[in-house]
Amino acid sequence: MQTIEAKTTLDINKQEVENITGSEAVLKALLAEGVDTIFGYPGGAIMPIYDALYDYTDRLNHILVRHEQGGIHAAQGYARTSGRPGVVFATSGPGATNLVTGLADAMIDSTPVVCVTGQVFAHLLGTDAFQETDVINITTPVTKWNYQVTDASEIPGVLAKAFYIAKSGRPGPVLIDITKNAQIQQFEYKGYQPCNHIRSYRPRPLIRKAYIEEAARLINAAERPFVIFGQGVILGKAETEFKAFIEKGGIPAAWTILGLSALPTDHPLNVGMLGMHGNYGPNVLTNECDVLIAVGMRFDDRVTGRLDKYAKQAKVIHLDIDPAEIDKNVKATVPVWGDCKETLPMLTALLEQKVYPLWLNRFHDCTKKEIDTVIHAELNPTQEIMTMGEVIRELNEITGGDAVIVTDVGQHQMVACRYAKFNQSKSNVTSGGLGTMGFALPAAIGAKFGAKDRDVVAIIGDGGLQMTLQELGTVMQSKVDIKIIILNNRYLGMVRQWQQLFNDKRYSFVDIESPDFVALAKSYRIDGRCVSHRSALKSAMKEMMAHRGAYLLEIMVGKENNVFPMVPQGCGVGEIRLS
Amino acid sequence: MNKDSNMKQEYTITVYTENHVGLLNRIAIMFSRRKINIESLNTSPSEIEGIHRFTIVIHETVEVVRKLTRQVEKQVDVLKAYYNTNDEIVWQELALYKVPTDVIAEKAKVERLLREHGARAVVIRKDYTIFETSGHREETDKLISVLEPFGLIEFVRSARVAIIKNSSGFHEKLKEFEMDEPGEEIVENEYLDKGKDVFVM
Repeated sequence: MQTIEAKTTLDINKQEVENITGSEAVLKALLAEGVDTIFGYPGGAIMPIYDALYDYTDRLNHILVRHEQGGIHAAQGYARTSGRPGVVFATSGPGATNLVTGLADAMIDSTPVVCVTGQVFAHLLGTDAFQETDVINITTPVTKWNYQVTDASEIPGVLAKAFYIAKSGRPGPVLIDITKNAQIQQFEYKGYQPCNHIRSYRPRPLIRKAYIEEAARLINAAERPFVIFGQGVILGKAETEFKAFIEKGGIPAAWTILGLSALPTDHPLNVGMLGMHGNYGPNVLTNECDVLIAVGMRFDDRVTGRLDKYAKQAKVIHLDIDPAEIDKNVKATVPVWGDCKETLPMLTALLEQKVYPLWLNRFHDCTKKEIDTVIHAELNPTQEIMTMGEVIRELNEITGGDAVIVTDVGQHQMVACRYAKFNQSKSNVTSGGLGTMGFALPAAIGAKFGAKDRDVVAIIGDGGLQMTLQELGTVMQSKVDIKIIILNNRYLGMVRQWQQLFNDKRYSFVDIESPDFVALAKSYRIDGRCVSHRSALKSAMKEMMAHRGAYLLEIMVGKENNVFPMVPQGCGVGEIRLS
Repeated sequence: MNKDSNMKQEYTITVYTENHVGLLNRIAIMFSRRKINIESLNTSPSEIEGIHRFTIVIHETVEVVRKLTRQVEKQVDVLKAYYNTNDEIVWQELALYKVPTDVIAEKAKVERLLREHGARAVVIRKDYTIFETSGHREETDKLISVLEPFGLIEFVRSARVAIIKNSSGFHEKLKEFEMDEPGEEIVENEYLDKGKDVFVM
């Protein structure tokens, strides 16, 4: 061990040792990690890094956002479409506290993000200095890892660790807080070593063959197996392995909201979406399958409904990379810990090639019932006012399912996730776990930078857009070619729906007024149009998609339309309501 | 689930960690987030230089403790976390008692009581004397009530420190942790020990 260390030191000594500042070390680290885009906002405590960045603009594309929350949501969008960590710069104090919502969102949705925040000089820590906040302690519960740097020499090692932690295992947000003195300080730079091992951190649990064998035995013996899958398939880059798995097993598969697009919508074994506003079949038949195979999902309460009425009859096989997820909400009969990129092929190899035509028909019957009672009317309405569903149907026809769909939170999100078509993975960007209104606009900006050659369509409610509409400024200045669809029902629709169904229509503070969104966009030099009649919908959508550059399309939809089916809170998935 | 798993009892959680600033907070908030009161918390060095050891006592059901321990172990700077019932550990708490010296000097009974409770004098001054005793909560508590009639001036008790009876220490495990691909030994899986139970559930 010692000899190896001694040798490395010798090698380093041979190289030319240069003196650089902490700030430069940050930028060199980003370059070494392959970062091309930073979303950020300057301020006093991070000025040295921004000063160094001035010389790096040929290699690092910095997007000036309008609010740090916009910055981190953009980084999340970037991470979700590119599969690489998003990077955020923010200053100390309010700059850093503005990141908290995005950190919490990235934490619960396992999104790799690396935030670098400035901090006051180390000697001022704890003195209530100007723009000083205890960022490390504020962000501890919403970061996978965080660290405060007070000495420049720590920077290369700490950033290497930060990137490794953010993207490995179950990904998540990491925050590095760097005091101003460390940014300015010159130190002997010995090059950048990427991190690939931390002794106290095991990103991938050991795969146990015995469990895989047991899981295969259960699946092979099953009569009504059912696969439910989440974002783990996408994060593990295991889409191919997953497809091979369900195809060999002939097993119907339903996605969670974050699992959307991991499998093409049109795949014959794709039976739809789980959860509170998911499809009828996947919810009801969860309580009829005999083996439930959960892949890279965490049994969120919006997926399971009432736990004591969830899949009680089924043997549960749970594949997850995070050991803490096993048995957290639903008891696993066979836990398969590990990266599904590795475990799925091992499992597939042991499966018998099978089909379950009768079982699959049960799903088709449910789909038919749902089409008759809900879907047909939503997608082909006869009433004069438009529905959200028909907008998504038109969008599908124009994009063919190739666009990245970014959604905010609420009714429009549920409708978009229910009806949007996806041909390829990493096409669905939404705030699932945290349900952050205001997510979509900035996330769409980031999503576009993460997938520059793809169409990015943000679908946002009239409420959500008003939470982060300042990012229209970012769209303008950075010329971000995103299409923004506002589904305006002049209500905070999801809360209104609940108030209608569960609070006797006592519409408490859900009546929301909006500005003239098209005029607002225009003031940001973004073209747009408002459509309130069906006759203009198709042409307006075509115009939007054909438009070069950003475009905002406001679509007036039914004020009191509801999203169905729905598993009411406190009910089991079997009690899903179609109306 | 059987009755036992819903029964709350005392658990001692032992956490081996890196010695990093901020980790105490990161671990403590995992309990407060779930509104679980920490009965006792001790941080100390462990048998290995540079590795810290937390000893945390909570009163909870085994279900909650198991999930919580996994969440603790998931933290980047945590190497390993264990939870144990009281019969699986040997534990001690240290208590200090300050009493007026004149009372002790005058009353032979006090001296006898102190001796009965295994107390040792740490400091003897003209005005007061500080005694120390260690043991389980009930034992150190008992001495309070014994000393109270004689004018107990101050009392303080430390957090619990505990040794897991069937643990062989952390030296061997650490070596494995330092490898890129740790072996099965350290990536313990409680299912393995009761494999049969798992698969017939």
